[in-house]
Amino acid sequence: MLNKINQIRKTKFFIHFIKKPLAVTALVVISILFLGALFAPVIAPQNPYDMDKLDLANSLLPPIWMEGGQFPYLLGTDVQGRDIFSTILYGSRTSFLVGISVVVISGLLGGGVGLFAGYFGGIFDTVVMRTADTVLSFSKTLIAMLLLGVFRQSSVILVILAIVVSDWVQYARTIRGEVLSVKEEEYVLASQAIGGTSLRTVFKHVLPNSVSPLLVVAAVDFGIAIMLEATLSFLGVGIPVTQPSLGMMISQGRNYLYAGKWWLIFFPGLTLMALVFSLNLISDWLRDEIDPKVKNI
Amino acid sequence: MGAFIGRRILQGIIVLFLVSFIAFIIFQYLGDPVMTLAGRYATQAQRAEVREALGLNKPFYVQYFNFLKNAFQGNFGMSYVTKVPVLNLILERLPASLELAIVAEAFAVILGISLGVFVSANPQNFASKFLMTGSLLGISLPTFLVGILLIYIFSIILGIMPTSGRGETVTILNFWRSGLLTFDGWRHIILPAFTLGMFQMALLFRITRGAMLEVLGAEYIRTAWAKGLKGKSVLFKHALRNALIPVITMVGLQFGQLIGFSIVTESIFQWPGAGNLLLNSMYESDFPVVATYVIIVALIVVILNVLVDISYAFLNPKIRY
Repeated sequence: MLNKINQIRKTKFFIHFIKKPLAVTALVVISILFLGALFAPVIAPQNPYDMDKLDLANSLLPPIWMEGGQFPYLLGTDVQGRDIFSTILYGSRTSFLVGISVVVISGLLGGGVGLFAGYFGGIFDTVVMRTADTVLSFSKTLIAMLLLGVFRQSSVILVILAIVVSDWVQYARTIRGEVLSVKEEEYVLASQAIGGTSLRTVFKHVLPNSVSPLLVVAAVDFGIAIMLEATLSFLGVGIPVTQPSLGMMISQGRNYLYAGKWWLIFFPGLTLMALVFSLNLISDWLRDEIDPKVKNI
Repeated sequence: MGAFIGRRILQGIIVLFLVSFIAFIIFQYLGDPVMTLAGRYATQAQRAEVREALGLNKPFYVQYFNFLKNAFQGNFGMSYVTKVPVLNLILERLPASLELAIVAEAFAVILGISLGVFVSANPQNFASKFLMTGSLLGISLPTFLVGILLIYIFSIILGIMPTSGRGETVTILNFWRSGLLTFDGWRHIILPAFTLGMFQMALLFRITRGAMLEVLGAEYIRTAWAKGLKGKSVLFKHALRNALIPVITMVGLQFGQLIGFSIVTESIFQWPGAGNLLLNSMYESDFPVVATYVIIVALIVVILNVLVDISYAFLNPKIRY
């Protein structure tokens, strides 16, 4: 019986999905970008961070369809002779790595903290929620920037951690709100009444019933984390210069904009936008699907 | 009501103490004030003297207490780089940042709310659907990309807008250098304000639309229609007033975000504001400036949050904590 219901639900989910051409397109775009990032070493004509492969003679070449464009530099090259297309593939690896790590770490941390804060309440709850309010009232960009700037060190891991410091908050708030209503449900009371331990009640009954809104948060957050990494790298406090990042490509290309070398910025910018926009489209669709009441943001 | 406001103010003060503690750590432990003040070639004895003068040999809590005492008197120390009192340095730059933030916020509020009302009144309209997707694009574009794009289009290709700076400014009230009183100043503020406000506008647009749709389904709106009131009157007098509560909360809460983004915007447009100062101070390890900036931003954010909470309690009689 339950299987059947699940099956029906799944097909409905699927049909709803197919009916939204924007969401389908978004998923296709993300899949292509993800595969491109994953197989970057295979696809990319050049390893842009292998100094031996760079040739200054090829610096600032325009895209291949323009006058002076050269094979295999499909989208042109930057000032050091790096192939833009290859650098984008490698750069989006960093984007995906940061995005996925931030979502997973923040989700587990924030989700766990929010779950217990909501279920047990008390001092722990107050402290967590006040911390959350405080963190929320400052901008994530500012907090991450200060952390990275003040410690004057940078690596992919530090960037991820600097984002997580303020990012876990929204997961905690979302799941806590959900837990507060779920814990009054009869099945939770029943579980407590038959002598189930708190942990058992939390993990077997409360968690599965309050976790779905986190999906929406995660989809939005994925995009925000990617944007944040790009912004930090753009400002020069994010990913170290020896590693690829879309934000850094744009920052470096900025100096050549006046000289009309638009491709240095246009293609990485377009990739970044496509990535975040697709993620937002999917989260928008997920929100309508999971919680039709909340259509606010 | 009084108790609620009192509690919020108390919470604000606790937050400020926490932030000041963090700022103190940045100030005292990340930079080396002794090295900076005594100079690189100072003797051991000279260094000890400076250490004594700064109270660095005192216990931790005494140092923190002194830091707070100085901060209350407006004394945040000297910039390592320019050797000027930090507070003056920041206060001089603050008007530029505040003007940018206010123009951006005004633009976001006016456009965001009007578009939100329009879309909620015509949900099936083609323009509405276009705006909904467009607003999603608006929150998907990183601030720095928008700024660069605008500079490229309006300054480099079309050549009709300046690329950087504040333009002509006028000093009012002796300390406030304003760019909003000259035509040139307005020309300079348009692109950065749009860059800074765009994300905010898209967000307010979506929130207004959501709140309006919810309110428009309420029974008192049906009553208003049934009474034969004109569309305009129903939309603005009956619906919008009630839908504005979440919008106002958002405006207040998002101001902190705006300050964060303004660092990026100021850096792109070389806007001579506090955000740009912070960024440069960070590159130069000028920690007193960074620490003071953090405290001042926290102060602004906390005051705004308390005001939002108070106005929220006034606007919505249902909520009395």
